Amino acid sequence: MKSLANLSQRTWWIVGGVLVVVAALLPLLNLSIPGVLPGATYTPGTLQLLALALLFASLALSYHLLFGTAGMLSFGHALYFALGAYGLGIVLQQTELTLIPALGLTLAVVIAAAYLLGSLSLRVTGISFAMVTLAFAQAGNVLVRRNPAITGGEEGLRLDTEHIPDFFIGVINTRNLYWLSLALLVVVFVVVAWFENSRAGHAVTATRENELRVRVLGLRPFGVKLMAFVIASVLASLVGMVHLLLQSGTTPRATSADFTLTILVIVVLGGVGSRWGAIVGGIIYTLLDQRLTALASSDAIDGLPAILRIPLSEPLFILGTLFILVVLFLPGGIAGAVKRLSTGTSATPSERKLLEEAE
Amino acid sequence: MSTIILLLITGLGLGALYFLVASGLSLIYGLMGVLNFAHGSFLTLGAFAGWELSRRMGGESWGTLIASMLLGMVVGAAVAAATEFLLIRRLYNRHIEQVLVTVGLALATVALFEGIWGTDPIYVTAPPWLSQTTEILGARVPNDRFLMIGAAVLVLLGIVAFLRYTRFGLIIRAGVENRSMVTALGIDVRKAFTVVFAIGGAAAGLGGVLASHYFGYVSPQLGGSLLIFAFIVTVIGGLGSLAGAAIASVVVAILQQFANYFWGGTGDLMVVLLLAVVLLVRPTGILGKKA
Repeated sequence: MKSLANLSQRTWWIVGGVLVVVAALLPLLNLSIPGVLPGATYTPGTLQLLALALLFASLALSYHLLFGTAGMLSFGHALYFALGAYGLGIVLQQTELTLIPALGLTLAVVIAAAYLLGSLSLRVTGISFAMVTLAFAQAGNVLVRRNPAITGGEEGLRLDTEHIPDFFIGVINTRNLYWLSLALLVVVFVVVAWFENSRAGHAVTATRENELRVRVLGLRPFGVKLMAFVIASVLASLVGMVHLLLQSGTTPRATSADFTLTILVIVVLGGVGSRWGAIVGGIIYTLLDQRLTALASSDAIDGLPAILRIPLSEPLFILGTLFILVVLFLPGGIAGAVKRLSTGTSATPSERKLLEEAE
Repeated sequence: MSTIILLLITGLGLGALYFLVASGLSLIYGLMGVLNFAHGSFLTLGAFAGWELSRRMGGESWGTLIASMLLGMVVGAAVAAATEFLLIRRLYNRHIEQVLVTVGLALATVALFEGIWGTDPIYVTAPPWLSQTTEILGARVPNDRFLMIGAAVLVLLGIVAFLRYTRFGLIIRAGVENRSMVTALGIDVRKAFTVVFAIGGAAAGLGGVLASHYFGYVSPQLGGSLLIFAFIVTVIGGLGSLAGAAIASVVVAILQQFANYFWGGTGDLMVVLLLAVVLLVRPTGILGKKA
């Protein structure tokens, strides 16, 4: 029997294709998974949750490109997600543009911002880079909160549906948004895979391994790193735009440092350096988050003594603890664990190394 | 003129808070290469510990205030040392994973605090003198600013004296300079790690109690909001430099106050702009060593 790890690249793409087809058929089926999904798969509530899971998977993939592939630990990735969400929301509200031109305009702004801020932050590396990106994201957060006239401030921005095609509006059409999210995930996956296998992708991976050596070979790491940064930012902004459509609005939480940390948690949970890991991590995280919130308000928790009730009624506490345990005991995250199970080896030093190379 | 004096002293008070957080961050980073995201939680916990104490003893007296400051320091130091001992030490020399663990800890603890004390700000009581003002050159300066400045100066002097005149201080200074050489000389640097974490935690815990008096309330988000500015301060001051952190705290806080007053509340943006300028001109920060 062929073990899981020996399957060829082509087989994996076929498996992925089949999964996409199955996912695309879900809104037409009547499947129930009690305890995991809130209802049958054709109901809008479940589709909304699944679409959210797919969006988080896409967002995690875009962060994987930044952190896993290029080795850049950014704490400001949420800024570009928020730029997409708020940008599109504001353009739709303030101008008479329809959806597609508004998308184009927002994208142009995102590319310009990512190029400018990326070239500034990439002047430093490692931990300084992390802090600089954090600071820029924080500036975005302040801008959003301080200008309630445009951004809606703490209340958040509501989606102006006037110029949006009808098939994206309303609870009945949740499945169209689900398909849109699925399509976006496929696009993001293809772009990330394509970049990783391109010459620039190889150069950026080499830079992660040993920047000095890349320089000695006569390549300039700055250009390819900036390219990875801009591509990851644009992908994140696209996710932000679809998120705006799906949730009919956006809140300042999208700009917060906590949100970036959430993406980081997802990627590490799934397994740093693995595209599949990022997707699985995004989906599991969203479902877990939703289930834990449901658990927190359930009667079973309410009846417990305070010492158990308080921690268990905070989903973030459980997720944070889970995250610490994964970092301590499960290097390589879910993807690493699956690989280890299938090949029968124990934790390899290379998985630890992969994380450290990101520095 | 009186406005400028007021802004300067208020800026110094805020800078004192930044310094209390940034000094620990900077020392920890300098010695161990760990960017400690959980530092804000040490601060928040110190603040809550101080509040719990003053709630029980009556917050109006000076004795309570001093006791709560001491308690904040002890709690901060204990939690920080425990964090180092239980979580950070297991991931020795794996810096990214150490950062990730502190991120997880920060998320989990903030959620836990929200579970215990609720998400709403809790207002604190202080000795009446703190809410009064003193007139300096025509400016009416709130008295709590002097408490912040005094405490931060004492902490700065204390840490400097500790680093200069004790054996642990010597090991820490040598470790910041060149850790592998210290290890090669047969000195166990790991004990120094716990000590550095405890010192940083104590400063943060004290900062928490003071911050609760500066802002007038405690909330689970208190640490996180100060932490981001402390990060900026550490980068501008130069990672690992205590003096750099002190200078940068004051510069950042005063700039923030002046921008907020004269340029319509743009303080936070100006700080980020300053960070960008410093990185363009001098990527290692004001007093940072060459990378």
